[in-house]
Amino acid sequence: MKIKSLILYCLISSIFLFSLVSIWKVLSTLQGIDLENFNFAIILTLGIGISLINLIVGDKFHKAIKSIIFAILFTFVDGYLVQLMPIWYNIGIFGILIFYSFKIDKYNQKNLDLDHSSQTVVFEFLTLFGIVLFSFVILFPFYMMIVTSFKTQAALLINPLDFSINFAQDIKELFKSYFVIFDTYKFGRYILISTFVSVGTVIITLIFAIPAAYAVARLNFFGKNFLSTSILIIYMFPAIVLVIPLYTVFSQLGLRNNVGGLLIVYTATTLPVAIYMLQGYFKSIPKELEEAAIMDKLNWFGIIIKIILPLSIPAISSVALYVFMIAWNEFLFSLMFLDNPNSFTLSRAIQYLSGDAETPRQYLMAGSVVVTIPVLFIFVYFEKYLVSGLTAGSVKG
Amino acid sequence: MSDTLSKIEKRTAYILLLPAVFLVFSIILFPIFANVWISFKEVGLKDIRIPEPRAKKIVKSVKESPDKIKIIYKLRNSSLILDIRDVKFLDKIPKNTEPLNLDQRCQIKSLIINCNFGDWKAKYKENFQIILVNNSGKKIDKKEIKSIKPKLSGKSDNILLNTNFTLKNFKKVFFQNEFFDLLSTTFYYTFFGTVGSIVFGILAAQLVNQKFFGRTFMRSILLFPYVGPVVALAYTWELLLDPYSGTLNNLLLNFQVIQEPLNLLGQKYLTINFFGFDLKLRLALTTVIIFEIWRYFPLAFLFILARLQAVPKELYDAADVDGAGPLQKFISITLPQIMAVISILFMIRFIWNFNKFEDIFLLTGGASGTRTLPINVYEQGFTISDIGMGSAVSIVIVLLLLIFMFIYFRLLGRRADEN
Repeated sequence: MKIKSLILYCLISSIFLFSLVSIWKVLSTLQGIDLENFNFAIILTLGIGISLINLIVGDKFHKAIKSIIFAILFTFVDGYLVQLMPIWYNIGIFGILIFYSFKIDKYNQKNLDLDHSSQTVVFEFLTLFGIVLFSFVILFPFYMMIVTSFKTQAALLINPLDFSINFAQDIKELFKSYFVIFDTYKFGRYILISTFVSVGTVIITLIFAIPAAYAVARLNFFGKNFLSTSILIIYMFPAIVLVIPLYTVFSQLGLRNNVGGLLIVYTATTLPVAIYMLQGYFKSIPKELEEAAIMDKLNWFGIIIKIILPLSIPAISSVALYVFMIAWNEFLFSLMFLDNPNSFTLSRAIQYLSGDAETPRQYLMAGSVVVTIPVLFIFVYFEKYLVSGLTAGSVKG
Repeated sequence: MSDTLSKIEKRTAYILLLPAVFLVFSIILFPIFANVWISFKEVGLKDIRIPEPRAKKIVKSVKESPDKIKIIYKLRNSSLILDIRDVKFLDKIPKNTEPLNLDQRCQIKSLIINCNFGDWKAKYKENFQIILVNNSGKKIDKKEIKSIKPKLSGKSDNILLNTNFTLKNFKKVFFQNEFFDLLSTTFYYTFFGTVGSIVFGILAAQLVNQKFFGRTFMRSILLFPYVGPVVALAYTWELLLDPYSGTLNNLLLNFQVIQEPLNLLGQKYLTINFFGFDLKLRLALTTVIIFEIWRYFPLAFLFILARLQAVPKELYDAADVDGAGPLQKFISITLPQIMAVISILFMIRFIWNFNKFEDIFLLTGGASGTRTLPINVYEQGFTISDIGMGSAVSIVIVLLLLIFMFIYFRLLGRRADEN
């Protein structure tokens, strides 16, 4: 057994254990437990001890038995000797230890003797560590958003660390923020407007983009190469350089405070990427199918409707979902073009809410949940399509 | 025969393209050129409203003569700055009525009063009055008169359309606007945001490229920050980072990591004592960059993961045979394989981060040393209300962008040549 591998294995596995326990401690603190210390030294010593025992014991016991023994040992030392904690906290610690013991079980004296064993140990634990850390860092703000929307301003100010939600209270009290934003702040209307704008953008974009993409993919015409490169270049121009001229022109034409104006702008900004994505797909459809159709004297309209469309449902869905997402999340143009609360989109409405310093934060978070849920739901449900859309369209963002 | 066919093909292509090209031209290309025009003008936000002649109609009955009625038009020029020329006025009167002592500027022809008010100066106001008499001595219906709205028209200069140009805006941009501070902040933000999101993208892609329980679930989660609406996420972060009632500061205080709350979004510099040296960290800017990385690393992750999954397994198997360790495999197989994707990603993300507006605007509004060029466009145009200045800053952005794009397409071209 290599000494270097042994030391690395002990250290990094116990640091991993420490980080797991610390995250659990943070989450427990947010449920109202009074913890003020991560107890770095104690946890690390315990971790090193467990990893060493694991090596010494080896395969002499079944791994389940080993894990349970480790877990009981650790929970007992940490939960009853170091600090007295409620039972659910200790159950959590117990679970973490079971998981940890299963992970370290595959390391034995033979294993650490192999070539590159120290590197392998580091890589494997970094992977585990990364998965836990990434999930925590990404999910925490979403967790906070949801919890805050169920609390009251007073409770939030008294103890910002108390994330516990009182489910025992009346359902009207629990969902109070949601009732308020729908009653007082007309969020129902904003949901309708946002849906209208996003779905409208998707439909108009597709109506414009499908024929154009077909032309770029299939037909020969003067300036074709120029057009296909300019699509990409145009796509790279950001909204912020368009804002001032569009603002002035739209003000003079009376198109501001008008959902129609927003529809035009959203369609124009998503068109290049839609054309780009669709033409790539259209090119992959075998030409013979269309040649047969030309023999049957179908015109281009017929070809698109009868042949291209049915074959490119997946590509069209991913374009549609991607455009929907962009339109739903868009903020800058809705900020510039909408001043009248009667025509706000959801994003603009939330920004308007936050502009008033008096607005309690739970309303702001309830609004945020309302705007986030649909888009995340669509994403998870249609992930396959959206991911391909994101990859193709991700030059933007 | 084939000649006519190709002609038909061409015509079809143009018909199919026309709507899309027209829309993109008018909403994207036209504004970019319009920016150039506006940037050479002195235009404020208030100047872009076109002056209109307006009239408010008030109908009053005349005492002791029910067959007469008085109509007062409160006329005014809506603009406080610009004149209106050649104001024309049109209003209808009911049947069997006629005006009494009609103003000299007006004429009546088949129940329509037509007036020529000439030129109105800025802020012009007048109370214009017409008395109507019923021919048959009957009472005139006030409501009917009220329901008819007068029509006014006039010509005015549109400040955007005249040909007075000035270089003032650009002078201000370069000499009074702390331009180099702006530029350096923008580059700092862009560079570290881009590098950070790519580094985390590589790490995340490496993670997800391995087999473990819940892998697809993990992939979905990793994309959440990118998919979620920026408004919701930025406000959540703002609450999270609040110095007094924010969760992060309270957690750090609770676990005694820090002794005093950190105003992560409101403090320009943080002095860190590092082995006796005082290092000044741009705190708010760093926080904004971290948000940026958090939000955009999923994109890099997605790209790199797609590339990683295409790396042939045989390469790794061969490396195993040769006895290479994980680190060696990563450096000599994985990295070269994803290098092309990384360089393209770097350019694309660089360009996009350079133009990022929403994230900083929502988090800090450009305060505490986070003012980048895009934020400055908004500030000049809509906070200071100087449209011309805003446009001039936009032009600077467009020019820098064109340079980046030139480099980017050169790079793409070279890659294409190599393959």
